Amino acid sequence: MNIGMTELWPYLLLVLLGFLPNEVWRVFGLVLARGLNEDSQIVVWSRAVATAILAGVVAKLILFSSGSLAAIPLGVRVGAAVFGFLVFLVAKRSAFAGVAAGEAALLIGGYLFVG
Amino acid sequence: MPPMSKPASEPSPESYSRTFPSATAAFLSGIRAALSSVFFLVIGGTYIGMGALAHDFDLSSWWLALSTVLVWAGPAQVILISALGTGAAPIEVAVAVSMSGIRLFPMVVALMPVLRRPNMRVRDMILPTHFTSVSMWVESMRHLPSMPREFRIAFSNGLSVGFMGTATITGFIGFYLAAGLPLLFAAALLFITPMSFLISTARNARMFMDKSALVIGLILGTALTAMQVELDLMWTGIGGGTLAYVIHRIREARAGAST
Repeated sequence: MNIGMTELWPYLLLVLLGFLPNEVWRVFGLVLARGLNEDSQIVVWSRAVATAILAGVVAKLILFSSGSLAAIPLGVRVGAAVFGFLVFLVAKRSAFAGVAAGEAALLIGGYLFVG
Repeated sequence: MPPMSKPASEPSPESYSRTFPSATAAFLSGIRAALSSVFFLVIGGTYIGMGALAHDFDLSSWWLALSTVLVWAGPAQVILISALGTGAAPIEVAVAVSMSGIRLFPMVVALMPVLRRPNMRVRDMILPTHFTSVSMWVESMRHLPSMPREFRIAFSNGLSVGFMGTATITGFIGFYLAAGLPLLFAAALLFITPMSFLISTARNARMFMDKSALVIGLILGTALTAMQVELDLMWTGIGGGTLAYVIHRIREARAGAST
């Protein structure tokens, strides 16, 4: 029973903490689709909240990395992110160019400082 | 006669620039549109990174595939994986995932009137509702208005199946790449997620408010994590988002007062 629980536990967490809290907004949207437009204040505020959360996730993953990424020095991680962002701005807001440049900078910096 | 039944201004099927012989053809055309979209590359890169992240946090590749199908939202999945991996409190994970999902609400609200067709059953809307994501929303809003209403749901579902299939397959690829790659390359895979999130969020930030929410979120997220505040992502979202919103309202009021 213990083994079964250990194997099923991540899937139960997936449904309870991942699927349901996320899906509820889609269902709300379906139910309330007639009532609101994109300019209503609650929609504007929720967009700001969603953007700030995403930014928080980005900061956490870059500054407080775990696993293999933690082996890359903090300065290289931040420098690569800044470089990728600058390339994105320069390259006519091309997401692909920005991500590719950030990745290249991380690989080069990692190679130089970690070996 | 109720005004909702059929607007008189609705054009006849012949007047649309793009039509299909059958619903199946519309569905297949949706899949093709997904594979030639810019989001094909973004999703591929993001989910290769997510596969590496799942591997890093000791979750199985099948768990990741199921989370892609059930959750179908990159930010929510990243929050879920990293929070479960670092042993965050369940309530914090649920709140953070839910806060990141709020953006889906206005998207569904905006998409449903475009997808709606005469004689539609509620169950026809279940799949498009679940499929709603940034990529599907942007491409649906771009393609659907040029085609007759009877084919829109099929096309949109094809689009979503194309994107979701790409995400599921590249998730497996990232997972097994991370398992076998040298340290430096595994680190580079893990770096794809924050890098592509940073840039796609910046790309979507057209209004001043979105840009300030991004900057405030980066600063607040760093500060709260460094101070080891409980529920840091939730406070980053509510605090940082509300601050950006308040600044936006003050600017609007000033602009209104000065004219």
